[in-house]
Amino acid sequence: MATRVGVVIFPGTNCEHDAIHAVEALGADADLVWHGDTSVDGYDALIIPGGFAHGDYLRPGAIARFSPVMAAVGDFAEAGGPVVGICNGFQVLTEAGLLPGALQKNQGLRFLCTTVDLRVESDRSVLTAGVSPGTVLSIPINHFEGNYTCDPTTLKILQDDDRVVLRYVDNPNGSVDDIAGVCSVGRNVVGLMPHPERASDPLLGSADGRVLLEALLGSALASTGARVA
Amino acid sequence: MGESATYSVLVEVRLRPGIADPQGATIERALPALGLEGVAGVRAGKSFRFEIEAADEAAALARSTVVADRVLANPVIEESTVTVTPAGS
Repeated sequence: MATRVGVVIFPGTNCEHDAIHAVEALGADADLVWHGDTSVDGYDALIIPGGFAHGDYLRPGAIARFSPVMAAVGDFAEAGGPVVGICNGFQVLTEAGLLPGALQKNQGLRFLCTTVDLRVESDRSVLTAGVSPGTVLSIPINHFEGNYTCDPTTLKILQDDDRVVLRYVDNPNGSVDDIAGVCSVGRNVVGLMPHPERASDPLLGSADGRVLLEALLGSALASTGARVA
Repeated sequence: MGESATYSVLVEVRLRPGIADPQGATIERALPALGLEGVAGVRAGKSFRFEIEAADEAAALARSTVVADRVLANPVIEESTVTVTPAGS
């Protein structure tokens, strides 16, 4: 049976079909999960895609975290289910407290829409399992608030526990310690500002994002097996 | 007992000390171009005003502080100040 991926959408999400297309191209089944839903039962992995949930009003992700679906996402994550937040999804996960830190306005106050080189720093997460640390991936970014910030204590914990999953080769936005992606204590929740789903086919200019999405699908299969068993 | 009153609330949200403020820094750099020299330490923030029903001023402050801490500010990077006054005063 194909791996089932739930793609969570809020009013203002706009990358959900890119995410669905990318994971379906890798053989998974994917459905949209509405923010008003109270269950994510039956999914092997969840993606919170990019966009502007609730118009990014107040702060990106600040309103979305109160959506009914976020309680279910929290339970799914607590049970070890793989959850990946991309761009706005990363912001939602930090606001919800499922990932540490926060995403601030970019240094230089520019909206950045370009392709960057990312270095895989750890293979100990659902998004990078099996991807050799040091691998450099060319993946688009598209954000105004991608400047990852956390206090020095949190940063030290992330570094010491090998939870900085991805770093920018050339820091575009002022993120502390060049951080592009981090994972949770359980390593099953990952947030990243770059868009692997937009680098999932040579036609898009890069297929480098596929290794990350393949890793997610592989992790999903293993995780569901472990939770069902 | 049982009487409640309306209070006006002002919540000011700003970045915590030590958190880089690209917005404030950009404003500060722009000021000399307008001939406005000598301005330093610009920090950008947000303010929110609302009214709240509560039994007394202390209760209004307590509930408004919950609104500020749980919703209006992100405690990871921001802090807030809550000021409560009787409405209409």
